[in-house]
Amino acid sequence: MPSQSLSDKRLGWGLRVWVAVVAAVLLAPTLVVIPMSFSASETFQFPPHKWSWRWYEEFFSSPKWTDSLLTSVQVGLMVAVIATVLGVAAAFGLDRTRWRARGAVRSAMMAPMIVPGIVVAIAIYGVFLRWQLNGTLLGFVLAHTVLAVPFVVTSMQTSLAGYDRTMETASASLGAGWVTTFLRVTLPQVLPGIGSGLVFAFVTSLDEVVIALFLQTPDIRTMPVQMYDSITAEIDPTIGAASSLIMVATTVVLLVPLLVRRAPRRSQRS
Amino acid sequence: MTAAFTSATADKAARPSRRRTLAGWFLLPATAVLVVFFFYPLAAIVWQSFTQPSYGVGHYLALLNDGVSTTVLLRTLRTALVVSTCTLFIAYPFAYAMTKVAPRARGVLMLLVLLPFWTSVMARNYAWYLLEQRDGVIERLFSAIGFDGVVLLGTVTGVTVAMVQVMLPFMVLPLYSSMSSIDRRLLDAAVSLGASPYRALRTVYLPLSLPGVVSGCSLVFIMTLGFFVTPALLGSPQESLISQVIQTRVSSLLDFPGGGALGTVLLVVTLVLLFAVSRISRPTAGLSKVVDGA
Repeated sequence: MPSQSLSDKRLGWGLRVWVAVVAAVLLAPTLVVIPMSFSASETFQFPPHKWSWRWYEEFFSSPKWTDSLLTSVQVGLMVAVIATVLGVAAAFGLDRTRWRARGAVRSAMMAPMIVPGIVVAIAIYGVFLRWQLNGTLLGFVLAHTVLAVPFVVTSMQTSLAGYDRTMETASASLGAGWVTTFLRVTLPQVLPGIGSGLVFAFVTSLDEVVIALFLQTPDIRTMPVQMYDSITAEIDPTIGAASSLIMVATTVVLLVPLLVRRAPRRSQRS
Repeated sequence: MTAAFTSATADKAARPSRRRTLAGWFLLPATAVLVVFFFYPLAAIVWQSFTQPSYGVGHYLALLNDGVSTTVLLRTLRTALVVSTCTLFIAYPFAYAMTKVAPRARGVLMLLVLLPFWTSVMARNYAWYLLEQRDGVIERLFSAIGFDGVVLLGTVTGVTVAMVQVMLPFMVLPLYSSMSSIDRRLLDAAVSLGASPYRALRTVYLPLSLPGVVSGCSLVFIMTLGFFVTPALLGSPQESLISQVIQTRVSSLLDFPGGGALGTVLLVVTLVLLFAVSRISRPTAGLSKVVDGA
């Protein structure tokens, strides 16, 4: 704890050490997974003794990994588009209605974030077995869309909160129709929100394991399921390469909207 | 110009415009999808647990009396409590430091906090598997300081350690947002009135940061209850948590009503906690903060 003046900007030594330790804990998994992916060993031994690219080669040449990657990307892209359309429309709806039930609708939209994943998984598995949607691309897409919608709604709400509605009135008073107003005034302003919603939906789907574990069949499985199996069912170090690739990909995908979103805000402030 | 705007807005607010009622329709597609593919399945699983194979609370009585389920539920609650307490103690000084440092350093710390959130669930759990396994880094570190045979893999402790790391962002962000609204001059005032810095922190700062503490703890507690992947990969079947038992029942035994009953218990516990906490703060707001931050 700091010993000098409490509004001092500097940190005491104890606090500095603490921050460093927490930072190390936060970084640890990343620091483990990436070197592990270059191991030459057939086991999960860490740190590796010899290095190689063999697990990357395995990842891109073995059909079970490439198929699962393809499934995940397909599902993720479809989820991103569907969830964004649904979520953006819903966020606009929530923003522009003054119903009494609005609060309830909003909570309902957020519910998939709160209900424990395992409960959602068995519930969806139960009905999808009956509807014969398990083990189908459509099944994965629908289940992941449900999970992704709240993320899109949240990121849109942030965008709409900073949005000045009088602009629309101004645009209308200058003679623009509502289509023009929407395309040239509303849309450009909420575009960052739509963009980050799209990315969140994609990442949510790409990363989802629990429901996918239930919906998988030997013919169709997503990449996280393949990763899960490579720890539990088989000891397959290809998971190291898969983890590193997915980590790099998600970081890139998530950093892009962060930069896009920062840029216009900064120019507005100045 | 401004006057024209104001009158236009006032006019718009006065009469319920058709655009506004129309906007209600925008909610329809998302609501329909959620009802069919989320609320209906949930209702179905709860319904089944009361009606199959016969009407009644048989499955719930069985859960009470099978001697395993209550133990598992209590173990899950205890784990969630330990995880949220540890996370709070680790995150509190960190969030405090975040409010004190210069904006650039704050940006770096924020990025570090969001890193676990960005890292794929499977990658993170795989990393903890490697660290906690037999002859892994943690066992060797402990044997270097004289404790042999500390293998966390396959224990509740191992699960707890990994969960604490995963949950840190969900604690730091609500704490930080609550702390950054505290006026630090109050502390100087307390010190100038003769309080020691420690006393100023304890009697002035701590109570003011309490909303963040409540929202962070409840968020972490609730999320920990429903965790599946971490206990399934790092825990053991002998000391399983509730989500593992639900998965085994449904997936291996195809016991939907029985697993559903356990799922319903988990759901009810979660909702009751949420409701209780919502009297004080909104844990979902904390979740949104994480989404916004990322």
